[in-house]
Amino acid sequence: MTAPQVREVSEVTYTADEMMTVSAARALRDGMTCFVGIGLPSAAANLARATHAPDLVLIYESGTIGAKPTQLPLSIGDGILAETADAVISVPEIFNYWLQPGRIDVGFLGAAQIDKFGNINTTVIGGDYGKPKVRLPGAGGAPEIAASCREVIVVVRQSTRSFVERVDFVTSVGYGSGPGDRERLGLTGAGPQKIITDLGVLEPDPRTFEFTLTGLYPGVSAAAAKERTGWDLAVAAEPEIIAAPSPVELDALRSFSRESQ
Amino acid sequence: MAEIVSLDEAVERAIHDGDAVAMEGFTHLIPFAAGHEVIRQRRRDLTLIRMTPDLIYDQLIGAGCARKLIFSWGGNPGVGSLHRFRDAVEHAWPVPLEIEEHSHAGMANRYVAGASGLPFAVLRGYNGTGLETLNGGQESAPTIKPITCPFTGETLTAVSAIRPDVAVIHAQRADRSGNVQLWGITGVQKEAVLASQRSVVTVEEIVDDLDPRPGAVVLPAWTVSFVAVAPGGSHPSYAMGYSTRDNDYYVAWDAIARDRGTFTRWLDEQVYRVPAGQL
Repeated sequence: MTAPQVREVSEVTYTADEMMTVSAARALRDGMTCFVGIGLPSAAANLARATHAPDLVLIYESGTIGAKPTQLPLSIGDGILAETADAVISVPEIFNYWLQPGRIDVGFLGAAQIDKFGNINTTVIGGDYGKPKVRLPGAGGAPEIAASCREVIVVVRQSTRSFVERVDFVTSVGYGSGPGDRERLGLTGAGPQKIITDLGVLEPDPRTFEFTLTGLYPGVSAAAAKERTGWDLAVAAEPEIIAAPSPVELDALRSFSRESQ
Repeated sequence: MAEIVSLDEAVERAIHDGDAVAMEGFTHLIPFAAGHEVIRQRRRDLTLIRMTPDLIYDQLIGAGCARKLIFSWGGNPGVGSLHRFRDAVEHAWPVPLEIEEHSHAGMANRYVAGASGLPFAVLRGYNGTGLETLNGGQESAPTIKPITCPFTGETLTAVSAIRPDVAVIHAQRADRSGNVQLWGITGVQKEAVLASQRSVVTVEEIVDDLDPRPGAVVLPAWTVSFVAVAPGGSHPSYAMGYSTRDNDYYVAWDAIARDRGTFTRWLDEQVYRVPAGQL
């Protein structure tokens, strides 16, 4: 866990994690259907619903479609998700009828490790599979979310430990080893369109599909982002400077956090 | 036909050393009381099957009940690691744990195949993942294989059926004949019970009439082996309409499970020293 970094811009004070969550929320458009992973993605999706995207449809793998929680759920199956959902269905149904046919616009995922082609590892780190250095939780819904949602957005804190040249285990496929791999593997969705971190935003190069730094938060340098990346990070000619969280965004995010405590 | 018995009798009669046991409940309705009874009766060499091992299997694994785990996501939701699960995989404590891991979509479909009486299910999944490589090989019995659609020629993924010896679930209620009713997030419980040879269902209460509830799953008495009353039997998970998820407990579990000593004390105080019928 990184220590909270506090930045001050035009009298608004916020942490790097808050900036990341706000940035991820902005990536969701109103009216989209969104398959939500737990943790950072869930906080961002709920923030989007509370601010610019009131008609965002939140779908959790527990089988809750159109959940409208008034506080942040700790798990993907908290009671508030079922109580506020448009429909509650079984787990086989959520994967087979809803995710698999490509009905869902965006999959919102976290990662323990991610590489320059957006492949995600949430299974094991170090050693070999049978005797890993770190045993992570595993796949959950992510492999099929990454394969079948129309697009994918990944939210993850950036460090040389998490941003690696090559993931130790491919739990969920991004662009595999480069152009043509998703088609060859028969993955129906377009793959990861954005990696949103606590420093800025990465997007795939349209030709090589290698993730490139295209956006930075106020006060963060491209050099700092390169330093916290385990591969030789390409940087766009002029990375966009992403606006700091507005007071409205911060208020909404913090009131969620308060209510969850 | 379901027999209504005490929880300790249900576990005693349904679950034996070496069995493949699926305790299901997707965040909601997790059968914790039944899990604790299995620990208390010191079952050994179980193959534990469950999409999200959660705290319940962290406890069973830490207590040394399991030889193998078949699962798809082994974390403490929203909190972090399952430390007993990690200790077993990383350091073979208290006993080595063999693992077979899938994705949620794969596990859900494996249960569907089991419930359908089919040897496998078909899905679009796993392509390009390490899970496909792990589970498609010949070293042990493969559980994932490519399959060609006989109509279109498309290559899809086949996953082998799960057929547990015993399914264990928690439901809101049953009637006096042993018909079971559950609602809210119902996960894969219906599939798990129908895929299994035997089943144990704990319930919040037994009622005269199961009046209809929106979206409820009903398991007729003749699909269930044993029903046992266990009010609060899903804590720290929850039973919609009866309790709410004890998120503080999930957070507190992290410290209990992190250390072998505190976990062993927890086992002693919360499970082994509790008399039968009071779990």
